[in-house]
Amino acid sequence: MAALQEVDRPRTAARFKTERRGNVMTILAGGEWVLGVAEAHDAALRTLSFAGVATLEIDCAGLDRLDTTGAWLLMRTRRLATMAGIRTMWLDVPDAFKPLISTIDKECNGPPVGHLDDHGLRAFLERLGRAQMHFFAQAVSLLGFLGMVASETVATIFHPRRLRIPALVRQMEEVGLNAMPIVGLLSFLLGIVFAFQGADQLRRFGAEIFTVNLLGISILREIGAIMTAIIVAGRSGSSFTAQIGTMKVNEEIDALQTLGMNPVEVLVLPRMLALIITLPLLTVFANVMGIFGGALMSLFDLGISAPAFLRQLQGAVGPGWTFWVGIIKAPIFAFLIATVGCYEGLQVERNAASVGMLTTRSVVESIFLVIVADAIFSILFSFLGV
Amino acid sequence: MTLIPEAKEFGPPVIKVEGLVTRIGGRILHDGLDLELRRGEVVGVVGGSGTGKSVLLRTIIGLNRHVGGRIEVLGQDVGKLDERDLRRLQTRWGVLFQDGALFSAQTVAENIQVPMREHTDLGPRLMDELAAVKLAMAGLPPDAATKFPSELSGGMRKRAGLARALSLDPEILFLDEPTAGLDPISAAQFDTLVRDLQKSLNLTVFMVTHDIDTLKATTDRIAVLIDKKLRIGTFETLVHDPHPWIQQYFSGVRGRAARAEA
Repeated sequence: MAALQEVDRPRTAARFKTERRGNVMTILAGGEWVLGVAEAHDAALRTLSFAGVATLEIDCAGLDRLDTTGAWLLMRTRRLATMAGIRTMWLDVPDAFKPLISTIDKECNGPPVGHLDDHGLRAFLERLGRAQMHFFAQAVSLLGFLGMVASETVATIFHPRRLRIPALVRQMEEVGLNAMPIVGLLSFLLGIVFAFQGADQLRRFGAEIFTVNLLGISILREIGAIMTAIIVAGRSGSSFTAQIGTMKVNEEIDALQTLGMNPVEVLVLPRMLALIITLPLLTVFANVMGIFGGALMSLFDLGISAPAFLRQLQGAVGPGWTFWVGIIKAPIFAFLIATVGCYEGLQVERNAASVGMLTTRSVVESIFLVIVADAIFSILFSFLGV
Repeated sequence: MTLIPEAKEFGPPVIKVEGLVTRIGGRILHDGLDLELRRGEVVGVVGGSGTGKSVLLRTIIGLNRHVGGRIEVLGQDVGKLDERDLRRLQTRWGVLFQDGALFSAQTVAENIQVPMREHTDLGPRLMDELAAVKLAMAGLPPDAATKFPSELSGGMRKRAGLARALSLDPEILFLDEPTAGLDPISAAQFDTLVRDLQKSLNLTVFMVTHDIDTLKATTDRIAVLIDKKLRIGTFETLVHDPHPWIQQYFSGVRGRAARAEA
């Protein structure tokens, strides 16, 4: 903490002493009573003893400078004396300081500012309660939002012209095409990691070739779909919230409504549909890249040639359910990500902190929901025996 | 640019701008601009939209770099100061941004105390008392202290921003469109407030404004930003300036009303 003395030009100290003549007490204030030096006398002035004093004089003849801090300290002393039933008077106030002293006297009669009590057990319980109520309120309002989206979707199905094709295509480019490099790269690297880990363990049993089975099944069933969903939640879910949230802050959503357009139809449906279409496609791409990475690792680490790899993969995955188990999940994940992203965007309030806070929340919630949904799928598939 | 004689009744110069050149995005906004503010003076800057009024303010307070000329504030060359010295100098002026620029996560009282905490060693009790003083001087009721900026009206946010600007008892006050977005009654009250504060705290005030009523009510001199330079005069002298923009500005409906009062 830098003291203001060194910040400002050199100052002479704020001088202060008291004199008693009978029952008359005189405070002699001199030097510069300004912020940075005047507060040195805060404690002394606060605890000044007025025992046996009938009249208090505040002598300002020696004041060189005075600002609100100094003026307040003197004024406070005077008020303390007045409250103790003492007659008070100002002596020799230089003309330059009169306006300030009279302003402080007239305007500043309030108590010291209070602070919100936000620590301690009570405040903690209050926050806990609020969070709980907020959780329930949000569950209800999310349900309302889902209903709104559902009814808009049905309306759009019956009036396909209301679907905004240009917006849909633009969103598909943004959330699908533009996500390909990052999704592809990460899946490729994950394929390499999986192949390496699998080969390392299976080599001990002389079952290196089963690395291909491990790779194919884990990527197609789980990793491809869930990794893509998590990347897209971080990339597109957050941008949905930020875009819609910023529009909310700028009152653009209100403007849409007054222009006779439905924000759900204009903003939410294209985004949701774009994600539902592109996320399965991205998942297929991720699967291919992951297996490609694994094949490369198998070739260099285990010496499994490409034809051998493909033959083994075909045997492991077959024409059965393995591929579809992964792909079926993608549209559901897409729906969850888009719903949370758009919903949180519409919850933004008109302040700067709100957009950031809700964007973070949108990413956390959508990843959470994606993983919960994936767990439910696992249970479901184990019941169905696929 | 010649100083008009009235300026002499004020103290020594606190802001001195000589031959200022600024460039924003390749476009030159000010070219050889001169300005001098003396202690205790209130100067308003007007000019068309996009002529660089706010940029001028931001350049003087060190938020924008200038490419040519000299800016001297309180005897120090703003362009040559290093980071640390600029921070020190900045504690000696207060700035009110257009919408108050209050920190949205903090209450009004905490906003006012931010500079105090950062730059002084005041005790918590005195700090609370002083925050109440600033609050009252800015014309806010005591119960505004625990409110968040989002709970305040536009006029109250400006007052709270002003209270924060006054937090360290500055010598110079910079106001960016202090009355924009306020209803005429609140705007007039704000004008009175600025004038009263100027008198009681002996502030030097530099304001950017569009509001003719504010110019009339608060300023000692007016600087019109035209052709990348400032034309400086009083309300009375500028009304007779032949420049078409100035003529149009002062002869508009609002200008006529303000002149009629004069």
